[in-house]
Amino acid sequence: MLSRTADNLYWIARYAERAETMARLLEVGSRIALLPSSGTGYRSEWESLLQASGTASGFARKYGDPVQRNIESYLFFDRDNPSSVASCLFRARENARIVRTALTTQVWDAINTAFQELRGLERRPRSELELTQLTEWTMRHTAMLRGAIDATLLRNDGWDFLNLGYCLERADNTARLMDVKYYVLLPGVDYVGSGLDNYQWTTLLRAMSAHRAFHWAYGGEVTARKIAHFLILNPQCPRSLIACVDGLNTHLERLARGYGRNTKAQTRARAVLAALTDGTVDGIFDEGMHEFLTRFIGEIALVAALVHEGYLSGDVR
Amino acid sequence: MRPNIGQRPIVPARKQTAGLPPGEARCLSAVRPRDGEPFLVISSFNEMYHNGTVRSPYARLEDWTKAMPAELRQMKQAEAEALFRRIGITFAVYGEGGDPDRLIPFDMFPRVFTGAEWARLERGIKQRARALNAFLVDVYGRGEIVRAGRIPAHLVYRNEAYEKAVAGFVPPKGVYSHIVGVDLVRTGPDDFFVLEDNCRTPSGVSYMLENREIMMRMFPGLFRENRIEPVDSYPQLLRRTLASVAPVKCDTEPTVVILTPGHFNSAYYEHSFLADLMGVELVEGQDLFVEGEFVWMRTTEGPRRVDVIYRRIDDAFIDPLCFRPDSLLGIPGLMDVYRSGGVSICSAPGAGVADDKAVYTYVPEMIRFYLGEEPILQNVPTWQCGKADDCAYVLENLGDLVVKEVHGSGGYGMLVGPRSTAEQIAGFAERIKADPGNYIAQPTLALSTVPTFVGEGVAPRHVDLRPYCLVGERIELVPGGLTRVALKDGSLVVNSSQGGGVKDTWVLAE
Amino acid sequence: MILTVDHVTSYRYAQPVRGVVQSHRLTPSVFDGQTALDWSVSVSDGLKGGGFRDGAGDWVQGWSVPGPVSAITVTVRGTVRTQDLAGLLRGHREAIPREAYLDDTAPTRVDAALAELARSAGGASDPLDAAHRLSAAVARAIAYKPGATHAHTTAAEALALGEGVCQDHAHALIAVARHAALPARYVSGYLMSGGDGSAAEAAHAWAEIWVQGLGWIGFDPANACCPDDRYIRLGSGLDAQDAAPIRGTARGPGAEVLDVAVAVQAVQQ
Repeated sequence: MLSRTADNLYWIARYAERAETMARLLEVGSRIALLPSSGTGYRSEWESLLQASGTASGFARKYGDPVQRNIESYLFFDRDNPSSVASCLFRARENARIVRTALTTQVWDAINTAFQELRGLERRPRSELELTQLTEWTMRHTAMLRGAIDATLLRNDGWDFLNLGYCLERADNTARLMDVKYYVLLPGVDYVGSGLDNYQWTTLLRAMSAHRAFHWAYGGEVTARKIAHFLILNPQCPRSLIACVDGLNTHLERLARGYGRNTKAQTRARAVLAALTDGTVDGIFDEGMHEFLTRFIGEIALVAALVHEGYLSGDVR
Repeated sequence: MRPNIGQRPIVPARKQTAGLPPGEARCLSAVRPRDGEPFLVISSFNEMYHNGTVRSPYARLEDWTKAMPAELRQMKQAEAEALFRRIGITFAVYGEGGDPDRLIPFDMFPRVFTGAEWARLERGIKQRARALNAFLVDVYGRGEIVRAGRIPAHLVYRNEAYEKAVAGFVPPKGVYSHIVGVDLVRTGPDDFFVLEDNCRTPSGVSYMLENREIMMRMFPGLFRENRIEPVDSYPQLLRRTLASVAPVKCDTEPTVVILTPGHFNSAYYEHSFLADLMGVELVEGQDLFVEGEFVWMRTTEGPRRVDVIYRRIDDAFIDPLCFRPDSLLGIPGLMDVYRSGGVSICSAPGAGVADDKAVYTYVPEMIRFYLGEEPILQNVPTWQCGKADDCAYVLENLGDLVVKEVHGSGGYGMLVGPRSTAEQIAGFAERIKADPGNYIAQPTLALSTVPTFVGEGVAPRHVDLRPYCLVGERIELVPGGLTRVALKDGSLVVNSSQGGGVKDTWVLAE
Repeated sequence: MILTVDHVTSYRYAQPVRGVVQSHRLTPSVFDGQTALDWSVSVSDGLKGGGFRDGAGDWVQGWSVPGPVSAITVTVRGTVRTQDLAGLLRGHREAIPREAYLDDTAPTRVDAALAELARSAGGASDPLDAAHRLSAAVARAIAYKPGATHAHTTAAEALALGEGVCQDHAHALIAVARHAALPARYVSGYLMSGGDGSAAEAAHAWAEIWVQGLGWIGFDPANACCPDDRYIRLGSGLDAQDAAPIRGTARGPGAEVLDVAVAVQAVQQ
């Protein structure tokens, strides 16, 4: 397969997943904003979200003060914001258009329909659109795309590159969302274990469509330790870091078998998986949750760079 | 770069050459000097109703139309549009604003040729394609036709499409132009004229294939009642044609690719559509590189050798080492590999010298010179004012002719006789007398019409035709082509942005 | 005369480059005035690509260096026996008709001053005389001065400046010759420049003008003469870029530093 085609497929998945994460982040923001008093006030939480999504400076340049309505527009619709839901979906669709013939009609339909509807949404007055409508709309369409890929696409190397994109982006995004909660949202260390702390964790689980699953699996109080286990070490949770890294390994192994050639990405991904498999909640808290997540995000970025070098860059030998 | 199809007026337009203004009208009576003015239309040949009767190829279509109520027709039209959108066949024109996913209007009323009519067209088109290729091999070789005084040297060697980079080179199988698009108009039951030849990379063939596909899905009954020759073998024939001109250094099954300028190009859909149907990779310049004696493509498994490149980018952009150094679309070193037999490029660089408007006039002469045959298809008659006899005729008949500058562009320096005042004609006569060699003249032509669905009913609309002739080891022509139709009443402009559309083109089996 | 050539071109890159591709016209032309006794071209870490004789009769050789590399050296060494044909390009085979050398390119475009220069050299009895007059006029109008112009200076600019090097002289002569309806082209090669042994002129350029009955004839306005047995001809083109002995590209973000050393010497016989 052309390296560029593989790259396009990989980025379709990354952008689709990123759009979904951005919608989930908006969901977190709006729910936390519903809380009557969070100590340091409602504004700073939105600011934290902007920081978490890496869009704070771009927002400040364009709008100044973080007003919720503007933040919603910026994170959802704004094409000047490269991470907005709209930007991600448009780019996913453009990548898909380039490799249109490598996709099935169903996959193309899923992504093209999202694109066409989004253009419709853009034309409607903002006041008619509730944020929950928008975030649900996003999740519905990204789920349809995911479903079309799983249900109709030939399981060839292209399918692996799509899935590599999904796994890498999701691993990165889950780690970032946790870090937002743990490091950014809570006003101070003394709030750990407080009502606010619990509320925020629950919100995060909700945003990941995982709070019911969590309660079935763990029961009782929501604690940082349980959450850490669930979202990092539990392979049953579809968004957990270990589940993402496991998927990453599966698709890298498939590619290596298919091409009869091992790559550095594979070696690296195996090491990351081994560390998670042997990992414990105690170990994570000893290292420090923020430190652990920061290190993990770096590891994932390294695997992504190796995937690029080994398959997508065009300089493969 | 501008597309050939859909944006082009029915009169011959300037060749698809990056950096030049599009839609330059040339060489024919039916020219719009200014936008928005209606054409002069002389009574035209109606391909369905002639002398008060229905011509035989259209016999069954009359009942079909009559049996179709307006509601059904509208439903079918909507269905067709949905299908086009579904397949993704849209005509994106970036940088022009508007809808980037615009559809070219599709008219459901087919255009029909009898087997006998087509047989003659086929012979004529193939004859022309052979002569054009013989000409190209000759002018990049010994130039016998120039030495024999049958075509002036400056028209060839000072032509901007002449590439000295390929002089002295004979491409595999002696073919320069592998896909020859011959644009034809009709003026009577047996009267066809060639408007122009497209020897580089004629576009629009995806519409020929899609129009047929859509018609077969929507009106299967029509295809049972009429014995219509299929066109769906085109992609495989194209692939076979390209594989047949593999370079001398290729000793295996050749790897063929299509080279596109990229997904921002308005014809990108066609490029990806053809690549898909042919089962070959669609590459951009950045996907290819030269190493050692060959061209390679960058794949996830490492470099893979490429043997035949069907390029849809202009000569000037294919190799920055040889042509425009600022080109980012091309592959540095490609021409060296090409000339040393490591890769084939289709169409061959330099092929454009055969479809230049000044050279067009000499195609009948080429047919006689290289093939020793008389042309089966006629050029639009052209008087060259540089010749004394011609000039005298032109000056006497200015009121009936269209006169143009040989190297003029954009419709400037042109006289449309029937639409000009006596004063204008007199003024133009002086200009011709001052520099006769700079002018050519042609008659006004009454282009044929085909019934077309408009508003609440059916009405005649002007059409042209572009068949696609494939030249490799063998010479092939699928029975069909792209019929473009001017949807506005009286208009001769099939330009899609000005209300032009496309039709399915049928050839009936004998 | 027997001439030896030692020509080393080195490219150094601030950051390693990949995908280096070069197209060379670095082989002596085949005609009655010169015969290569031995000749070799090598490229460090290079893969030899396809080679062919082009329509102008020049040997073109492709090279590539996959990389990554931080430096590339192109080394040309050889010995050529030459003969003085008074500039005539006798016995040279080519496929491009002379008409293809009548249209100007950007560096040879004629402005008013070049047109005037062409006019002032008029009054010739025949095309050969005309070519000589044009060459002499260019030699008078542009003084040899290294460093006054650069690689992209046009003929018109060099004339306005009144100074230049062989490339400017050749461009100016080509411009005025084409203006006078004489087919003209740019020739790159080597010159054994004798006395001062200046390396800048050892890699040399001049012009050829097509004269009815005689064919292509070399004119070197920089030295106010026609090429003789001190000259080695490599290749031709419409202008300096078209006739460049080395054209190439490399993929990489850093800057490139070019260094050229050329020595052309006569072998004592």
